[in-house]
Amino acid sequence: MSQVKADAKAPTCARRAAPMSPHLQIWRWHVTMAASIATRATGVALYVGLLIVVGGALTLALGPSAYGTFMTVMGSPLGLLVLFGLAVSIFYHLAAGLRHLAFDSGKGFLPATANATAWASFAFGIVAAIAVFIGAFMIKG
Amino acid sequence: MGDSSYRTPLSRARGLGSAHDGVARFISERATSVALVPLSLWAIYGALKISHAGYAGATAFLQSPVNAVLAVLLIAVTALHMKMGMQVIIEDYVHQPRSKIPALLLNSAVCWLAGALGVFSILKVALLGAGAH
Repeated sequence: MSQVKADAKAPTCARRAAPMSPHLQIWRWHVTMAASIATRATGVALYVGLLIVVGGALTLALGPSAYGTFMTVMGSPLGLLVLFGLAVSIFYHLAAGLRHLAFDSGKGFLPATANATAWASFAFGIVAAIAVFIGAFMIKG
Repeated sequence: MGDSSYRTPLSRARGLGSAHDGVARFISERATSVALVPLSLWAIYGALKISHAGYAGATAFLQSPVNAVLAVLLIAVTALHMKMGMQVIIEDYVHQPRSKIPALLLNSAVCWLAGALGVFSILKVALLGAGAH
């Protein structure tokens, strides 16, 4: 009886669920598929990012010592790593968003075009983030 | 976001279709995305401007009406955009009502709280200046 496979993958099913055929291990990665996943992942990262920004605004309203602590934490190695991740996220998500707005108007669906804009979005995310960080260090002097 | 001006009279008379939801969400997603293109570029500029300016520089930046208003709009539009985005994610992955409904409510609560705290903090600094804390 324990060898009988459940005929439905209902999460509340008490019997062992049927095994799924492999997909992520088998399906060849496409840049468009990665772009879609990355758009969602960077969206989640930016959700946390806004909470950090709101935290910063709150410390600004609370006074110089609270704000100073916030800036010290953001300037720490871990803080800078988080900021860089957020920078890549915002620039990638921006490029991906523009790409989706083009899709909404019906443009850009040819596979060659969709692939090219997907690669361009990834490149923009990283290059723009690096540029902003270089700019920030130059301002620091 | 009930934007009934986009609906045709017939669609209003027939009520909502099989999705039991109109096009308002779709439009709000696009409208917030479009608004966030210039707002987020401005946010990068603002972040760079105050990055090494300290408390005095950050509060001075928000004394300008344009900066204060753009900052408020950035927080509000982002909070709305991210609420809708996270809602789609929850609806995609969480299906049991006993977990989906609390998750959706929690998402709304977090976004409203973050939006309200952010807007209030900016207005406080913008209107009361650096000394009021």
